[in-house]
Amino acid sequence: MRISKMLRLLTTSVVMIGTIALVSGCKSMIVFDPKGPIGSQQRDLINITMLLCLIILVPVMLIFAWIVWRFRDRKGNDAPYQPVWSHSTKLEVIWWSIPIIVILILALVTAHYTYALDPAKPIASDKKAVTIQATSLDWKWLFQYPDQGIATVNYLVIPAKTPIKFELTSDGPMNSFWVPQLGGMIYTMSGMATTMFLQADELGNYMGTGANFTGRDFAKMGFTTKAIAQADFDKWVNDAKASGNALSEEGYQTLAMPGTSEQMTFASIPDGLFHRIVHEYSMSRGAPPGYTRKAQTLSGEKKAEHTEGGQLPPGNGAQKDSPDMSSTGPGHAIQMLDHHTHMNHGK
Amino acid sequence: MFYMMEDIGSFVSWFFVTGDPLIYGADVAITLTSVAIIFVLTFFGKWGWLYREWLTTVDHKRVGIMYIIAALLMLFRGGVDALMMRTQLAFPNMEFLAPEHYNEVFTTHGVIMILFMAMPLMFGLFNIAVPLQLGARDVAFPFLNSLSFWLFFMGAMLFNMSFVIGGSPNAGWLSYPPLSEMTGSPGVGEDFYIWGIQISGIGSLMTGINFIVTIVKMRAPGMTWSRVPIFTWSVLSSCIAIIVAFPVLTVTLALLFLDRYLGAHFFTMDGGGNSMMFVNLIWMWGHPEVYIVVLPAFGIFSEVVAAFSKKRLFGYGSMVFAMLSISIMAYFTWLHHFFTMGSGANVNLFFAISTMIIAIPTGVKIFNWLFTMFRGRISFTTPMLWTIAFIPCFIVGGMTGVMLSVAPADFQFHNSYFLIAHFHQVLIGGVAFGYFAGLYYWWPKMFGFKLNETIGKWAFWIWNIGFYVCFFPQYIVGLDGMTRRLSSYSWDTGWWAMNFTSTIGGFLMGIGFLFQVWQIAHSIKFMEKDTTGDPWGARTLEWSIPSPAPLYNFATTPLVTDRDDWWEEKERIAAGKMPKDKPRLEPIHMPKNSPIPFIQSVCWFIVGFGLVFHWLWIAIPGFIGIALTLLAHSFNYDTDYYIPVDEIRQTEANAGRSV
Repeated sequence: MRISKMLRLLTTSVVMIGTIALVSGCKSMIVFDPKGPIGSQQRDLINITMLLCLIILVPVMLIFAWIVWRFRDRKGNDAPYQPVWSHSTKLEVIWWSIPIIVILILALVTAHYTYALDPAKPIASDKKAVTIQATSLDWKWLFQYPDQGIATVNYLVIPAKTPIKFELTSDGPMNSFWVPQLGGMIYTMSGMATTMFLQADELGNYMGTGANFTGRDFAKMGFTTKAIAQADFDKWVNDAKASGNALSEEGYQTLAMPGTSEQMTFASIPDGLFHRIVHEYSMSRGAPPGYTRKAQTLSGEKKAEHTEGGQLPPGNGAQKDSPDMSSTGPGHAIQMLDHHTHMNHGK
Repeated sequence: MFYMMEDIGSFVSWFFVTGDPLIYGADVAITLTSVAIIFVLTFFGKWGWLYREWLTTVDHKRVGIMYIIAALLMLFRGGVDALMMRTQLAFPNMEFLAPEHYNEVFTTHGVIMILFMAMPLMFGLFNIAVPLQLGARDVAFPFLNSLSFWLFFMGAMLFNMSFVIGGSPNAGWLSYPPLSEMTGSPGVGEDFYIWGIQISGIGSLMTGINFIVTIVKMRAPGMTWSRVPIFTWSVLSSCIAIIVAFPVLTVTLALLFLDRYLGAHFFTMDGGGNSMMFVNLIWMWGHPEVYIVVLPAFGIFSEVVAAFSKKRLFGYGSMVFAMLSISIMAYFTWLHHFFTMGSGANVNLFFAISTMIIAIPTGVKIFNWLFTMFRGRISFTTPMLWTIAFIPCFIVGGMTGVMLSVAPADFQFHNSYFLIAHFHQVLIGGVAFGYFAGLYYWWPKMFGFKLNETIGKWAFWIWNIGFYVCFFPQYIVGLDGMTRRLSSYSWDTGWWAMNFTSTIGGFLMGIGFLFQVWQIAHSIKFMEKDTTGDPWGARTLEWSIPSPAPLYNFATTPLVTDRDDWWEEKERIAAGKMPKDKPRLEPIHMPKNSPIPFIQSVCWFIVGFGLVFHWLWIAIPGFIGIALTLLAHSFNYDTDYYIPVDEIRQTEANAGRSV
């Protein structure tokens, strides 16, 4: 008696705490609050699958509860008792059929959406897609805008209502590029570039994150995605270009070293940097050992040519971002390996 | 001289893990526990007992008990890891664990819970129940069985050693390269990971072979395939998956080791390596592994639900077919762990549908369990409570699994806490609940007394409430964008409330575990001996013999005439009919104990330790030791003996049985 009373108390308080927590948490499930066409379709798909699951789940739960209650071993329980009854072809056919039918429906839905939401499929739009080349580094994101000739670190700015073509790679362990409210998610892998199209339909700041563990400061790989109007985007690009902070080859090498980073903006990027990051590893893939060196030499020669032609700006002009775009406080542009000071950073 | 001292000093601080009060505390605890164990063994003169009865035993029942003890110790360690993680995540910006420490903790939590907790607990239950359900004297290869256990044990010890020596692995429980390569993890942690798993993996593979042969060849006369108990069927389907999946793991980790030790380029970023290949290979093992551990749990639920509904298992044929089909289809779903790799729509669709198909036999099993209870008489003992709690938990976990299998939706779930909540729901709700049910169910057969039901029910309720409080918020926080393996988060994410609730649930489960420890201690102290051998009124052959089972299991080999043979026999006797005739007593052929499995496993430990530190001068003597023990066993012809009839008669009489 005492036990059941205490258990009841425990259960009640747990349910109360749970309800409060659920109510406060449900408001903000960002996967259910998409701001673009891909995220919206994914939310619809999640809702369809959840509904299909609930069609089975709810009746089975009710039957389960009824059976456990009805056939409990109590004196005077008048429910039928058939200890030898263990086979019924009719019943078995029924419950092989139910999951088969539901899975069949789900498989058809999945087939439709798998092709419709193939991440590499361009989004239909009047506007030309903006290309952004994202590279996951230890432990920061480099976003290059090849058409605009600028780059950012740890934040993204995109024009709203315009398809964005993301080209994703990694110069380090495999990570994953995820902006939940625009849609998810594709791995960034060294030696290859994967493609994903996303689009923001509303203006706003959306949380982005790395979603595949890459080591010590993986938790510091969050980034903000700012969707702004086209005119503001153009202005932002011009401001970035005017800022004069160029990303040099050497600057990239420094950036790629393990460590966390503040947000940064670069007015220019080395020619073909993303291509070289991708092919740094892939050109040697499956090739004899000598080929690796040749590939390196090739990119070295290319670099030398560009320097001769005066296209590569000298030095690393990376600086902290201008105040209106930066969200965090003072500090050096790159925080190199440090075991303790990075513990307490907010986003 | 001074320089030498300095060298030694720097070696020691590199060799031992230093700089963290938790580690120093663990060092002290480990030392004190070891001293205490040695003192107790010496003081009570138990060294001989330990050697004769346990270290050298080939008896499946004792091997099973050792597996279970080791697994419960590992459950404790894995659980402490889990609570450390939950403490770190209870509040934003916590500084309880530094990121590198947090990374180690979630890595060891995953490895220990799957490979050094679930697997040995499962093997323990195989050992306890399968030979007895078959009416056999032992497993097919008792020596190999003992070797399997000691390999597992030494592998687990090697892995756990990384906690205080050299440093723990920190690249996640599947240690994806290139992070786990020398470029990403230059320390010895990954090598501890590789060799701990390799050594115990050899043991797992041999156990798989052993139980397949046992089930195929050692069934009692009359036990046709349609009369094999359902748990034994589940063990067979699990072992089929083991012998196909584990070689893949061994090869994958061997290639990773070659990368790390010899500078090969199987999975490196450069030199033609392809780390995606590792991800494919490890999941070709990893996905069947999930079914390897869950199928025996299905078998336990099937036994328990029939026993405590006092009714035959509904749809036996469907159940067997479902389990075998799951164990085969398990090989065609591995890619659903990385739909996000960008393999293209065709590939993703194939694996999405193959994954969904597994939901069909699983769903059928749920219906069959429900209809075993339907028109039965359900008694709510602890094994049955865990079974009843399993059903709704697994339905929800299975449903979220189906949601995850929808590839384009998975793009939003992948690597988020939604996934974490899903697989904990199926692994705790399915595997852990199942093994707890099995442990409570077969405990009297192992030790001859039941565990205290009242404390057991407390443990059950606290565990279950804790479970839902811990994992339901994780679904929500996952849909709110929180990814796994984050060592900290900030206030403006809005994830605090869910994480804090989840932490409360985690600690409730910890309290539930303490109740279980108390339950075992209390039940040993106030032991009520079971004299019937059949305290639950159950159905299969293991309950027809005394508890604990005598060394030789069955005085005379049973003649099987029915599926639930023992239940039918009891029905016959109750109806006033004559029990089945028993054959005359004959001397029983038994395997002799052997120290070789233990010695050889110690040699494997030495090899593993040497290779972890790349010290061949340690590894090579270990290899020589392995070769010598193999030779010694090959030329040992004194491996068996007979138990005389008088001794059997005496043992049976002591257990209150006439023969």
